[in-house]
Amino acid sequence: MPIEPPVDSPRSLTDAYALLADMPGRPVAGGTDLLVQITGELGEPPARVLDIWHLDALRGITVEADALVLGALTTYTEIRRSPLVAEFLPVLGEAAATIGAAQIQNRGTIGGNAANASPAGDTLPLLLACDAALVLGSARGERIVAAGAFWPAYRRTALAPDELLLRIRFPLAPDRQVRFRKVGTRRAQAISKVVMALAWRADEGDHAPWRDVRLALGSVAATTIRATDTEAVLEGALPDERTADRAASTLAGELNPIDDVRSSADYRRAVAARVLHRLIRDEGGW
Amino acid sequence: MSYRFFVNGDPVEVEVPGMRRLLDVLREDLALTGTKEGCGEGECGACSVLLDGAVVDSCLVPVCQVDGASVRTVEGLGSEQALNDLQAAFLETGGAQCGICTPGMLMAAEAFLATNGPSDDELIREAIAGNLCRCTGYTKIVEAIALAAAQRRAADPH
Repeated sequence: MPIEPPVDSPRSLTDAYALLADMPGRPVAGGTDLLVQITGELGEPPARVLDIWHLDALRGITVEADALVLGALTTYTEIRRSPLVAEFLPVLGEAAATIGAAQIQNRGTIGGNAANASPAGDTLPLLLACDAALVLGSARGERIVAAGAFWPAYRRTALAPDELLLRIRFPLAPDRQVRFRKVGTRRAQAISKVVMALAWRADEGDHAPWRDVRLALGSVAATTIRATDTEAVLEGALPDERTADRAASTLAGELNPIDDVRSSADYRRAVAARVLHRLIRDEGGW
Repeated sequence: MSYRFFVNGDPVEVEVPGMRRLLDVLREDLALTGTKEGCGEGECGACSVLLDGAVVDSCLVPVCQVDGASVRTVEGLGSEQALNDLQAAFLETGGAQCGICTPGMLMAAEAFLATNGPSDDELIREAIAGNLCRCTGYTKIVEAIALAAAQRRAADPH
């Protein structure tokens, strides 16, 4: 039988903050990561757990002040079904559909994905590529952390022990395009070998150069990262064949992945470059 | 701690640690052994049950989160004397061999059928993508679900 650490199930955010300040515990949302950890097969299970599933203040999808805002407890199923996501950030729905299968999508949450801080977290490249902001809260008040500062090191987050992740804000820009690709062993239930999000802005028309390019990748480093050398190649460029070649070779040189049970470093480097090349080709229509 | 919820329509109350897996509560505390443990880490779907109508892996749900909810297990589909239409369809098409995946397959399929949506081969395969079967090659399972879907549509056209 798995370990059964003590757990509190507060019904209000105020109670949750008080419990966390008094006796820090590992928050559990949909449990798709933590319930694997309590089997003890992935290192030390948490000594104490804070069940946040009943905190309805952390649910819901809204659009406010030019941002799509998702409560931390929003599940992948809710993301897939949301008309607001479909209208304002459809790529997030596409990403949610690649995660696990129905059982995982019904329980896994976008906040859990961020707070779990796995380098293979499938939504995390989208948070980076879209310049998302994470809203954290505690009895001390709320603060906002940019996605680029939220994962400082392997499996680390910017959360203090008494803080909860409350919601994630995706700023909306009408002229922004975002693409998402995941490479895994199979279409469902696969932990990614490489996961990638590419965002850029451009004026209308065929010959508008890309600007504000963001290229973020997971499963290729200790944290989800941005490939800034490759971004620089794409900045101000058109999605033509020469750009695709240069961006792909820059990315292959820029990435420094590892060999592990899911893939090899060589494969990850090669497939990331190939996927980026194909993405640019698709956009260029050549 | 004490937790109260419904299993197959009946109210239950269990006095167990809150982090106990719903899977263990069903099998060990409530003696409902129809739900199987396969991998214990959300990969195989053998422990699938419906939680407020949504299919979940019961190995990944702590019972503290089930308080006040409704759980449906394979025991709630039909009985040995009277299988439900989906179970009968699995028998008819040969959708079960060793049987360990079958309760989970049935629950994932039941959740899919309950949506009353279209049921082509691709959608059925997506609906059971979280359930592994080591025997059948899936084709007969997909046929069973398609058969049950067709029968339900014929019985209740809309």
